[in-house]
Amino acid sequence: MPQQSPPAPPPLELVRVAKSFGSVRALRGMSLELRSGEIHALVGENGAGKSTLVKTIAGVHRPDAGWIQADGAPVTFTRPADAQRAGVAVIHQEPTLFPDLSVAENIFIGRQPRTRLRTIDRARMRRETDEVFTRLGVPVDPDRPARGLSIADQQLVEIAKALTRQARVLVMDEPTAALSSVEAERLFTVARTLRDQGVALLFISHRFDEVFALCDRITVVRDGAFVSCDPAADLDVDTVVQRMVGREVETLYPKQETEAGHTLLEVEGLTRHGVFEDIGFTVRSGEIVALAGLVGAGRSEVVRALFGVDRYDAGSVRVDGVPLAQGSPKAAMAAGLALVPEDRREQGLVMESSIARNATSTRRSALSRLGLLSSRAEDEACRSWGEPLQLKYGRLTDPVSTLSGGNQQKVVLAKWLATGPSVLFVDEPTRGIDVGTKAEVHRLLSALAADGLAVVMVSSELPEVLGMADRVLVMHEGRITAELDRDEADEESVMYAATGQPPREALR
Amino acid sequence: MTTTTAPTGARPEGPPPEQGAGRARRRRQVRELGVLLAVVLLIAGTWFQNPGFLSQQGVRDLFLGATVLSVLAVGQALVLITKNVDLSVGSVMGLSAFGTASLFAAFPEIPVPLAMAAGVGIGALCGLANGVLVATVQVPALVVTLGTLYAYRGLGHWWADGGQVNAHQMPESFLALGRISVLGVPLPAAVAVVVVVAFGFYLSRYRSGRELYAIGSDAEAARLSGISVGRRVVAAFAANGALAGLAGVLFTARYGTVDSTAGFGMELEVVAAAVVGGVAIAGGVGTVYGAALGAVLLTTITAALPIWQIDQFWHQAVVGALILSAIGLDRLLALRNARKLGGGTHGP
Repeated sequence: MPQQSPPAPPPLELVRVAKSFGSVRALRGMSLELRSGEIHALVGENGAGKSTLVKTIAGVHRPDAGWIQADGAPVTFTRPADAQRAGVAVIHQEPTLFPDLSVAENIFIGRQPRTRLRTIDRARMRRETDEVFTRLGVPVDPDRPARGLSIADQQLVEIAKALTRQARVLVMDEPTAALSSVEAERLFTVARTLRDQGVALLFISHRFDEVFALCDRITVVRDGAFVSCDPAADLDVDTVVQRMVGREVETLYPKQETEAGHTLLEVEGLTRHGVFEDIGFTVRSGEIVALAGLVGAGRSEVVRALFGVDRYDAGSVRVDGVPLAQGSPKAAMAAGLALVPEDRREQGLVMESSIARNATSTRRSALSRLGLLSSRAEDEACRSWGEPLQLKYGRLTDPVSTLSGGNQQKVVLAKWLATGPSVLFVDEPTRGIDVGTKAEVHRLLSALAADGLAVVMVSSELPEVLGMADRVLVMHEGRITAELDRDEADEESVMYAATGQPPREALR
Repeated sequence: MTTTTAPTGARPEGPPPEQGAGRARRRRQVRELGVLLAVVLLIAGTWFQNPGFLSQQGVRDLFLGATVLSVLAVGQALVLITKNVDLSVGSVMGLSAFGTASLFAAFPEIPVPLAMAAGVGIGALCGLANGVLVATVQVPALVVTLGTLYAYRGLGHWWADGGQVNAHQMPESFLALGRISVLGVPLPAAVAVVVVVAFGFYLSRYRSGRELYAIGSDAEAARLSGISVGRRVVAAFAANGALAGLAGVLFTARYGTVDSTAGFGMELEVVAAAVVGGVAIAGGVGTVYGAALGAVLLTTITAALPIWQIDQFWHQAVVGALILSAIGLDRLLALRNARKLGGGTHGP
């Protein structure tokens, strides 16, 4: 990595930046220095404040305290346009493309090349788009609409956007989460080229092999605060992980040893064309089975089909030996299934409704008398579930939106546990939840399994999968590519299966 | 559309992009061409039924009938493309029509262009108010403009106070505008054609025009791309208001007699025209050409039904069926596109 001898001021610097959303302190006194010609890694658990930090750099959020410096001078980004003008390009976790516009327009929106008459010079726009994709080494048709592009292609369009913008600071928020290893490697080649051209890069990833292979410096964040920043060469994975979680990894996942009982859920040959294919597994009482894999592998879709939200084309599902009719969440609930969905704000809760109403919404008829639902019955039922879950709330009549992410998740859990299920599906149970509450959710899931519940957990967080699951099913592009027992499963074996590569044994 | 070909540099493997691009573009044009075809077939069929339909007077009537609706549809398309809607256009048009007429009545010496500009200005102001409300209050446009629909109409009633302005109160030079022809096309219709072409060119060739599509496609992404979403939306509403004002002026010039009910109920007809013409209510899709063609189709149907000896009673049912089939067609095209494009450029 080329070092400059006269220390020029870094193109972008965060100085003790703080940002709160309501009572949630997403960033507290976060400092970060991005230097030219350097790839800087930002690592931290989900919910550690990385995305907030990215949005602050992008000009979406304004810091409550602290400031941003560009080339050594304080700047204020009030709008994304300000950040762009300062040479900052951000590739967000969710690509932000316009589905109805063409690829070329997506790249040049707001700064299309113009003719003398100030009309858009489409020929030049198309030519420049072609050039940048040639540079990236991928064939993407500049004229096709962005709708229907794969996540990998959308990322490439975003990168092309940054390239044509001559960005001096390039921030990539988990760009490889949904890429195959070939695509990721191609991205790294581009990143290294940009670094050598003097661009400052910030790379956010959960994959340590990538972080260590690609980055020159690693900053660790925890609970919104800066923990450490060291050259990558001075660190190893264990040190970084310990700094990220702030405690020994073992204590984070309070897995209780359980005896697996009789088989509760049997899935055979489950297929939904184009989404998942030939999914088969069993879950026994007392077991936690994790569905691992990359985003978009079809895990949530399997769970949704099992619970009857989506239909499937072939296959059978049996609960406790009894065949389950498809396409009916009501039948699934009656059979003893419960689903804690991926997006609790959209699918799990009615955000404006009260805590009590949300927590009891699965048992409205059981709680009502003569068809009338009294709030007293609701409150009592809710309280009886809130206590064991250590739910923290002001009043039960407060809207659920006032709770923190972790407590919202507990309300969703309470709502489903109240139905007395025998099989519990949880989809990304700890996404966006702070570390402390996360451990509580884990302890709870573990205790439920110990009580004889069968738990199927979809999770994208490897440590969570490895720490919690008795068995790990790994999915890749709609198929189960590996079934690993607790002692067989490690980061590598799961990652290999998740990216659809042959296991190491096969390579030997 | 440009016809530039592939870049000079070496291209990696993969299908030549121009084919796919051409297909995608053609599929979009199919939508507008379909409406055009429907118009042509309808006119041809009706003419066959009764040659008088395409007499000089018949053609004039067709043109004039479509004028007001297509000007309004162009404006509505601007707003729909940004994923908003303006239900107040009928009232705005009425207010502007009555305003223009009243100006002539109050100041008989007023220069005609000034009075016309005032009519357009009234519309622009109303549209601006709509836009500012939508952008600042963050209430859906549907609700805001439903409110202003009644507010502007109420304002018109209060102003007119039950009265009307008659043709003899207006200068002959103004009323003549509704009768003169340019190259065989009535002047108001020529104005409408100019409006359609100008806005069509603007939407496809100017940055700010393309940004309207971006906003309708994904407002949050537009914000992240540094587009000033609020300003663009306000501008779209103001332009729509100005066009509604223009429609009001054209209405006045054509009919001569105006009271405060001018343009009553037009808003839904306008939205229908735009939707039939392929402008998506969900935003980001459609052209003003399509919207204008939709307006022409709707007015042609109105004119053709009596000739087919179909009871006027069926008119609304026909329009309704047309809207439903337009929406069905759009859905079908979208599904086909999704299947063709879904694979992306990466193989399995």
